[in-house]
Amino acid sequence: MYFLMDGCGPLNHRVGSGPWASRESLKMGPLADVTLLPGEERVIEHDKDIIYMCPFNGALKGKVFITNYRLYFKSADADPAVTLNVPLGVIGRVEKMGGASSRGENSYGLDITCKDMRNLRFALKQEGHSRRDIFDILFRYAFPVSHGLPVFAYLSQEKYEENGWNVFKPMEEFRRQGLPNEKWRITFVNETYELCDTYPTILAVPFRSSDEDLRKVSAFRSRGRIPVLSWIHRENQAVICRCSQPLVGMSGKRNKDDERYLDLIREANGTAKLTIYDARPSVNAVANKATGGGYEGDDAYQNAELVFLDIHNIHVMRESLKKLKDIVYPNVEESHWLSSLESTHWLEHIKLVISGAIQVADKISGGNSVVVHCSDGWDRTAQLTSLAMLMLDGHYRTLRGFQVLLEKEWISFGHKFASRIGHGDKNHADQDRSPIFVQFIDCVWQMTKQFPTAFEFNERLLVTILDHLFSCRFGTFLYNCESARDTNEVRSKTVSLWSLVNSEASSYQNPFYTPECSRVLYPVASMRHLELWVTYYIRWNPRIRQQQQSPVEQRYMELLALRDEYLKKLEELQLTDSSPNSSHLSNSSTPNAASPTQHITHLHTPF
Amino acid sequence: MLSSLGSGGGKTAKPSFVSYVTPEEIKSEKEPYKKENQPDLLPGEVVFCSACPVLKYSQDDMSQRGVFGTLLCTNFRVSFVSDEVQVEETCKLFKNKLYGENDIPLACVDNIYGGYEDKKKLITGGLLKNKYPSKIIVHCKDLRVFQFSLTYSKEEDAKKIFQGIVHHCLEPKSLRCVYAFSYCENTTSPEMQRKERTMLFDCLEDWTQDMKRTKGNCRLVTENSSFELSQKLPQFFIVPLNVTDEDLVKFQGNGLPMWCWSHHSGCALFKTASLPLSQEDNVPQTYMEKMLTAVAHNHLYSVKTEDLSDTLPTIQDIQLSYNKFKQFFLIDNTTEFWMSDMKWFSSLENCGWLDMIRQCLLKAVEVVECLEKENTNVLIMEESGSDLCCVISSLVQLMLDPHYRTLLGFQSLVQKEWVAGGHAFLDRSNQLHLKEKVESQSPVFLLFLECVWQLHQQHGPAFQFSETYLTVLSDSVHVPVFATFLFNNDSHRANVLRAESPSSQRGPLNCPSVWDWSVQFDCRAQDLFTNPLYAQKTKQDRSQRKSHRPKHQRQLSLPSSAFKTPTKKGFFKDEADSLKKILGVKRISRWMLSPSSDFPPMSSIKEFYETWQAKPLDYHGMLLPCLDGPSIRVWMQRYLRWIHDVQILGGGPVAVLSKVSELLAEVQELRSELDRHARTVTSNHRGAIRTRAKTAPENLARSSVRLSSSFPFVTSRNWSFKPAIPTSMLQSLMMSEVAGDLASREDDGSEPETVV
Repeated sequence: MYFLMDGCGPLNHRVGSGPWASRESLKMGPLADVTLLPGEERVIEHDKDIIYMCPFNGALKGKVFITNYRLYFKSADADPAVTLNVPLGVIGRVEKMGGASSRGENSYGLDITCKDMRNLRFALKQEGHSRRDIFDILFRYAFPVSHGLPVFAYLSQEKYEENGWNVFKPMEEFRRQGLPNEKWRITFVNETYELCDTYPTILAVPFRSSDEDLRKVSAFRSRGRIPVLSWIHRENQAVICRCSQPLVGMSGKRNKDDERYLDLIREANGTAKLTIYDARPSVNAVANKATGGGYEGDDAYQNAELVFLDIHNIHVMRESLKKLKDIVYPNVEESHWLSSLESTHWLEHIKLVISGAIQVADKISGGNSVVVHCSDGWDRTAQLTSLAMLMLDGHYRTLRGFQVLLEKEWISFGHKFASRIGHGDKNHADQDRSPIFVQFIDCVWQMTKQFPTAFEFNERLLVTILDHLFSCRFGTFLYNCESARDTNEVRSKTVSLWSLVNSEASSYQNPFYTPECSRVLYPVASMRHLELWVTYYIRWNPRIRQQQQSPVEQRYMELLALRDEYLKKLEELQLTDSSPNSSHLSNSSTPNAASPTQHITHLHTPF
Repeated sequence: MLSSLGSGGGKTAKPSFVSYVTPEEIKSEKEPYKKENQPDLLPGEVVFCSACPVLKYSQDDMSQRGVFGTLLCTNFRVSFVSDEVQVEETCKLFKNKLYGENDIPLACVDNIYGGYEDKKKLITGGLLKNKYPSKIIVHCKDLRVFQFSLTYSKEEDAKKIFQGIVHHCLEPKSLRCVYAFSYCENTTSPEMQRKERTMLFDCLEDWTQDMKRTKGNCRLVTENSSFELSQKLPQFFIVPLNVTDEDLVKFQGNGLPMWCWSHHSGCALFKTASLPLSQEDNVPQTYMEKMLTAVAHNHLYSVKTEDLSDTLPTIQDIQLSYNKFKQFFLIDNTTEFWMSDMKWFSSLENCGWLDMIRQCLLKAVEVVECLEKENTNVLIMEESGSDLCCVISSLVQLMLDPHYRTLLGFQSLVQKEWVAGGHAFLDRSNQLHLKEKVESQSPVFLLFLECVWQLHQQHGPAFQFSETYLTVLSDSVHVPVFATFLFNNDSHRANVLRAESPSSQRGPLNCPSVWDWSVQFDCRAQDLFTNPLYAQKTKQDRSQRKSHRPKHQRQLSLPSSAFKTPTKKGFFKDEADSLKKILGVKRISRWMLSPSSDFPPMSSIKEFYETWQAKPLDYHGMLLPCLDGPSIRVWMQRYLRWIHDVQILGGGPVAVLSKVSELLAEVQELRSELDRHARTVTSNHRGAIRTRAKTAPENLARSSVRLSSSFPFVTSRNWSFKPAIPTSMLQSLMMSEVAGDLASREDDGSEPETVV
């Protein structure tokens, strides 16, 4: 989208602010001007000079300190001063570079790989093992879980006006959707996580299935993740159900309970055929039979049609993002930008995910219920169901509704945040890590780009979410599932990200938002419209202009202010003016009021 | 009888036949069609041939569905008139008065294909020897695609319409056959208002004014006002002060530095058609040196020259690249579209079009740096002096001078650099389909508009005109009504218009200028040409800027240049063996990167850009484009507007822009309300006279019509609410090279891989 292209959201306020965000001059004592978070404590202050090898500005001499939350660097001689403010949670890997005998300038130091698309290099003087202390501390505090230490979210003493943990109440959300009703009931069978330890405690299931049925079905679904309702269409009662793959195996096992259960889902709104969306490419689904999994065969599920959506697995996505990083950091590939971008396949994966979700949403709009699964039903499945819900239900496009969507489809249904991100874990090469959630947020961003007035939240919210996905400052994205969160008392011992967001909600709001709840949004999943999220993936590059506010937004706000000013003046004039028919002017004070507008040519507002 | 239908096989294309119609056609003219529908003909428009019923396939889905109607060919357009009663369009807002959605102006026809069962064959003109095709497929220069089935009408009618369309759209013709002339003979176009007007640079006054405005100090040449000096030179032009009368005529204008624009520091930009230099004859060389000295004398005795043909693509390259590029958008059917979606980015890169845009912008930035940072005079040159020179000189002025970013300013710029500047519009478009001009066909002007669009999308609020304006302008090039794009240069225009005048007393024929937008659009449609993000500079801003800018910059910079001067002087006095060498040393193309080479980074230009970027952005100051890969984009509105599958219903940039427009209109209304109040108060409290407009302008966002991303070109009534679901996805992602084992692995495998 063109007017918004060079930097949209006000991104200056984020946690992992880059070297370009903060440029105060260094006149106070070194590092004295940093405000620490409540509960944050300095662990080490390196009094010797350290050199930050900035890929954009060259070597910068400065000072560094490390707290239990962040690594902070400030350059001494550059003007304006360059600062680095990196939450330790962002750090994926710390390595020593060069040895005591390394020759060449700045060849001895630390190499830090971050999870947010950047690398940091520091050079130190070789004498006196200056590196050892800083490396040890960094290694210990960047990977607290590997060292038996708590992550920062448990140390934080932050207080907010609002408690973000109250944003999502499962029962309230079900009630909003009109549940329970005569076809769907709420069950507490998983209250102690015995049916499925990666599911939430409260589930919506077909009215005609008993808890005993659920137990039987759970035996036939990978990790007990049975089909349960995620969303129901108010008018046509079509539902989105999610689950994991059936345990068909090589021998092609069948399970009458599972078959009957899926038929109950179909029956609930009188759909002739239930559509099962298997997110995987069909080859992978077939290959899964070897490990006991598989897909719903035609014979066994006669009232269902199976559609494969060809979305690749977590390993492919991880490699794809890695390739993307190679072409955008530190320098943006120049001569063959487009073909390089294509060769990362990142946008192609995005296209597949979005077009899968479009198909789900389209089916539901047509009144047909669907079941979505992949292998375990916590990665691709979450992407598809939540994107489809975002297309179908305007509530999820509001600031709070979106939080509910994330809490519900991602957090409560056990997307393995801890494994996929590797919170506080030193094992950087862990094959469980994958940017599935980042990819989902990217898909959401693509939708907000295509429908700039349909979302109440702005780009800043999306960037903030991704920043705190890694930062470990909030409890929101910690752990793999609800049962683990309960065990570790996340809700009582940590602060929710939504506390931060909702306490300053206005800065995450999109001024162009025009609520149209009932409308289904179909983004266009064509490469012609998909674009790289430059302001996230390339935000560390100073050549990418990071505007506080998009020019369109700025203009809009200025006009709003001007309108208010004029309205006020007119009101004042009307008070002095006794003319009775001037009162109707105040009608136009609401932004969307349908006031007739008079056309004036060549009239320009003075700013 | 049929000889007029084409040049036939071996005959050379010498259009001598001036009459538009064949006797056959005249006959059919006399017997008016009873059943057939006729479009509302424009003044001077004549129907050549028609066929009925013809099926026009619907654009939405390329199934076999469509509408029946009459297909006609006139001296202005190919037109399809539907049998169906036209549903009153909900959004007639953006209706072109000259041609409708089912009309193709003849000059807008790009290619015609004949459709045989399952094949399609490019038609190149001449008589068809083989079978007549059942389908006629027309690709338009504005990227529309039409498919008509001819199988339903009588065979002879089908043949006739097919042959007629091919003849009038593809065969060589004389300039006099272009519709503009019969249009102008039959209309009296009102004189454009002189008060707030586009400067046409067809009179002395405009040149004087522009030089005054930029505080240039050069010599205005009036000696060519009746083309006494040269037919190639413009009627009026400006050269450095030191150019003598003698110099003006020496090489038919080649090598003569033509003033484009003066920077506030005093240095200026000049362009010229390069003078071929030879080793044997040193007269041109001496002349060139003299001219360079004259340019250098303009300010501080400094000059940099740049031969654009060395670093920028040739006009043939541009044509080739654009031909590849446009194919991505001339989509016959949905399957084809989604197939091409797979390799979209690499195809885009391979055609090289975006890279040409980048190269032009880069070159312009380079020149801007010379003018703005080094305050040296710049002379750009190329063989013709009126192709890439026009692109670069106009881009430089857009970047440096906010005046040209206003609507009238931009139009004046096009007049100055392109129309008066002698860009060979007729040859470049080759709308006469002359065989000998095929080589000179090239979308150079479109390339310029593309560059402007890039600036526009990066710095929207700096432009008074909108994206829609640029798109419409790019379409208008192919509407054969306007004098603006019909000629090769000033003298060509003057001669033809004088010769075509119906009577010698009345003076030359008065063809409308494209800038007279009322010929094509009504006022409300023209409102879409202004950019709601643009805010005029306030008086405060102006005064602030004045105080910031050192007033006596010229004098201030003198001392520092004192030591520069001798070297420069010596430089010119040095007798080098060839001027080429001199030019070589002083070339500014030091960091032009050819796409395939690994040259060192363009450190200087990067630094220049970064320094500028680090400062707060002033939309009324200098503008530089970001040239990084992700920043150069495809002009979505122009290229994707007709493709159904990529329309974002209820979305796209227009969703936001229409909200801004709406609010702007409201604010403007409030202010006039306030003004009225002020007025009534001063006139002795006569009571408020509130004259609210009874006919409120159709408000885009508020109207029930849901806008789509292709607004205003396609109205939403056509859209179904079904989403476009990409087909042929599987072929796409071939992970073969992405370690096939990853793709087949389990997400959460039983055994995690060993850590590498």
